Amino acid sequence: MTKHDGIGGSMKRREDQRFLTGVGRYTDDINRPGQAYAHFLRSDVAYGRITKLDVSAAEGMPGVLKVFTAEDFADAGGLPTAWQVTSRDGSAQQEPKHPILAEGFVRHVGEGLAVVVAETLEQARDASEAIEVEIDELPAVTDMKEALEDGAQKVHEELISNLCFDWGFLEDNKAAVDAAFETAHHVTTLELVNNRCVANPMEPRCAVAEYDTGTDEYTLFTTSQNPHVIRLLMGAFVLNIPETKLRVVAPDVGGAFGSKIYHYGEEAFVTRAAKVLGRPVKWTSTRTEAFVTDAQGRDHVTTIEMALDEKGMFLAFRTETYANMGAYLRLFATVTPTYLHGPAAGGPYRTPLAYVNVKAVFTNTVPVDAYRGAGRPECTYQLERLVDKAAMEMNIDPIEIRRQNFVKPGEFPYQTPLAVEYDSGNYHATLDKMMEISNYAGLAARKAESSANGKLRGFGCATWVECSGLAPSQLIGALGARAGLYESATVRVNPTGGISVFTGTHAHGQGHETAFAQIVADKLGIDADTIEIVHGDTSKVPFGMGTYGSRSGAVGGAAIASATDKIIAKAKKFAAHLVEASEADVELADGKFTVAGTDKSVAWGDVALAAYVPHNYPSDTLEPGLEETAFFDPVNFVYPAGAYGCEVEVDPDTGKVEVLSFAAADDFGVVINPMIVAGQQHGGVAQGVGQAVLENTVYDASGQLLSASYMDYALPRADDLPNFVVDHSVFTVCTHNPLGVKGCGEAGAIGAPPAVVNAVLDALAPLGVHEIDMPLTPSRVWKAIQAAQPAAAAE
Amino acid sequence: MPTVSMTVNGKSVSGEIEGRTLLVDFLREGLRLTGTHVGCDTSQCGACVVHVNGASVKACTVFAQELDGADVRTIEGMANEDGSLGIIQAAFRDNHGLQCGFCTPGMVMSAADLLAQNNNPTEHEVREWLEGNICRCTGYHNIVKSILAAAAVMRGEAQAAE
Repeated sequence: MTKHDGIGGSMKRREDQRFLTGVGRYTDDINRPGQAYAHFLRSDVAYGRITKLDVSAAEGMPGVLKVFTAEDFADAGGLPTAWQVTSRDGSAQQEPKHPILAEGFVRHVGEGLAVVVAETLEQARDASEAIEVEIDELPAVTDMKEALEDGAQKVHEELISNLCFDWGFLEDNKAAVDAAFETAHHVTTLELVNNRCVANPMEPRCAVAEYDTGTDEYTLFTTSQNPHVIRLLMGAFVLNIPETKLRVVAPDVGGAFGSKIYHYGEEAFVTRAAKVLGRPVKWTSTRTEAFVTDAQGRDHVTTIEMALDEKGMFLAFRTETYANMGAYLRLFATVTPTYLHGPAAGGPYRTPLAYVNVKAVFTNTVPVDAYRGAGRPECTYQLERLVDKAAMEMNIDPIEIRRQNFVKPGEFPYQTPLAVEYDSGNYHATLDKMMEISNYAGLAARKAESSANGKLRGFGCATWVECSGLAPSQLIGALGARAGLYESATVRVNPTGGISVFTGTHAHGQGHETAFAQIVADKLGIDADTIEIVHGDTSKVPFGMGTYGSRSGAVGGAAIASATDKIIAKAKKFAAHLVEASEADVELADGKFTVAGTDKSVAWGDVALAAYVPHNYPSDTLEPGLEETAFFDPVNFVYPAGAYGCEVEVDPDTGKVEVLSFAAADDFGVVINPMIVAGQQHGGVAQGVGQAVLENTVYDASGQLLSASYMDYALPRADDLPNFVVDHSVFTVCTHNPLGVKGCGEAGAIGAPPAVVNAVLDALAPLGVHEIDMPLTPSRVWKAIQAAQPAAAAE
Repeated sequence: MPTVSMTVNGKSVSGEIEGRTLLVDFLREGLRLTGTHVGCDTSQCGACVVHVNGASVKACTVFAQELDGADVRTIEGMANEDGSLGIIQAAFRDNHGLQCGFCTPGMVMSAADLLAQNNNPTEHEVREWLEGNICRCTGYHNIVKSILAAAAVMRGEAQAAE
């Protein structure tokens, strides 16, 4: 092994060869013999009662095998929700059935009405136009606050109201928090909107299923971040198929960002249809379908308040948030604005008192769920905007107000008022690093230069801490989770010394095949080239929970490290026998077992072979074979943190915002592959900048989605973004996983939006603009400038 | 059904197609060249970029039957004859210019067209050129870096790694 392919080396990715030569294998690249094609007829109205659904003409169209409706799934369960959230009054969350196809009512544009399966996709599409549908439209519910008014139209008639839950965290904190506000020297209040985003992985979802009549076994190929979770949910809760008869494969997956965690109805559809028709069935989403069927993200409306003393020290904060669920609850819909949001809401500050209130609301919009960061971008955005506003109101430098309120390096482990204990961090150090790499010292000169050119330059800072590495099972079980969030790994040493590592995580861009091999190579001291990483197939890998919540390194990597430790322990027994020494004296270094203080040694490959050729060793005390499995269940979340600095220039005549530079100094703990981690920082920041400046998901009052294509939904393009300056050299080691890693996938999407908005407000401050909501489009910025001008002129 | 004949990655191919068959579907389904991807339905994302008679074209936006006799090159035809990565492909690998890999074929094909026209682009020119190629993973930072690195190798100013 070289430093290059151990922990800390920027080993080039082994995945890249296939992706760069066009031989990656994504789900839509898979065709099965005799495959038929499914096309979904989807609702074009947001809310209504289905009064007619006549598929008889369509069933007579050329090539059509069958047209399916909800009646074909009368025995199937609804798509499940993974978390039970309890309201402040002790009542359970309201949880309507989420059917595979609309049952009697449609509740959002894009909901499936019927599915045509035909010999070709074109035939299926053509036939779907012959389906006769009549829908008696109802007034759509799109505004969250209106949805909660007395007498409001209900999204689900059978529910008490449109309120899914009203959650307080921690409810026991509330009285003390309110009391602190009564006596505070200063209170800063901010209302804001966290705009709804669409994850938009470049690969649209796809599902291909086949059924083997002889064995009664189903195989589903699907675009998923967690194939075992899909097998469990779809098998146990939706279609009633035992695990032994269901194989789920998630091959190469072209990006996900949370949107491919959930079990979708299309997966259940093709699985059932494959058996009904006796043919493999394939469904591939179009991009337009993705906009109306993929789970969307964010969509919070929040009021946040901070109580401060005369020196600007934070005394207490409280929030009231309305979180849009859309029309149904997806898998992580209710945990995202609660337990993925409240515990991180205090950020890096030592605010002694805090209270978070979230009201989740049903509307006639596409269901919302976790999107990169999931709850933590929302709580970080509200806090970091509030901190800047408080600093302005109290005439304190925004950097200084952060610095003076940070948890200090000597205060870890730090118990927050929001239930979690931060194990390690150094927020002052990452802030210092950010100031260095953003060349903060030269800011005044750059502002003057922009000013001379008729532009407004601004600098925005945001600091953040997230609770990631999902998750300690015991803790989340107490908080309402219906699953554990450990991770699994099997390390199999093959007879000739090569190693197969089976992980329950799944990679869809993160480079696990490379980084996880580095973990094993580092521990064993052998070349990473001899180590393969296997993931994404329930018939191969042990039960595991998949990849999301920046958990793969911190939980999945830890499981691999633990399994490798077991391998080393057993291999030492074989080695001890081979060199005729005591096991306690055998050491492993550089891929070789040596006996301490002697020149006796045995190579890795010889030990591996001996494990499988047990001719001459103590079989009464040592089993043959060298394969170990470990499940790693963390005792705590991990708490990555960072400081971000963004510099923008605003054209006051047009409102156009240009992001000039972005600096990110992150503490990710120990870094396995710096090249890959920097790539995660870039991508996360880009999505955060996208949310702040470009992206918005817009419904009109009738529930029509107006931003359902790349002509309307502004994804960041190359010329919208600057080069990023990223750093992860200032780090503190996570204290409770064997690798010391903290998780990096979500960081940028969490920290970037407030940094960008704070920068724009810094630029606009001379014009009297002090509040604005994302996305900061030219028209929105221009209108804010115009609105502020009379006020500024009057002052 | 009409028949179309063209050259794809140096090989003569032909197939029966419907009039509405798009080039990308002919490549993916007819020829099973699945390296060319479909990421949208409005000609915006560029995951399907291929070369037609030397110029980059979005394969989702042209009918296969329009290309009778054309010379088409896809990502599968971009490696060197010995199977090693071409200059642009190697630069993407060396600079971590890809993550999930889905937009990558289109990025490489688009970059190849740019560098054929201008082997010394500025960063700004690269970013402008990529306006028709969307990546959701990388934030473009390392894609731009990869293309500039490939350009340097093409100009003989830098050696490809390895």
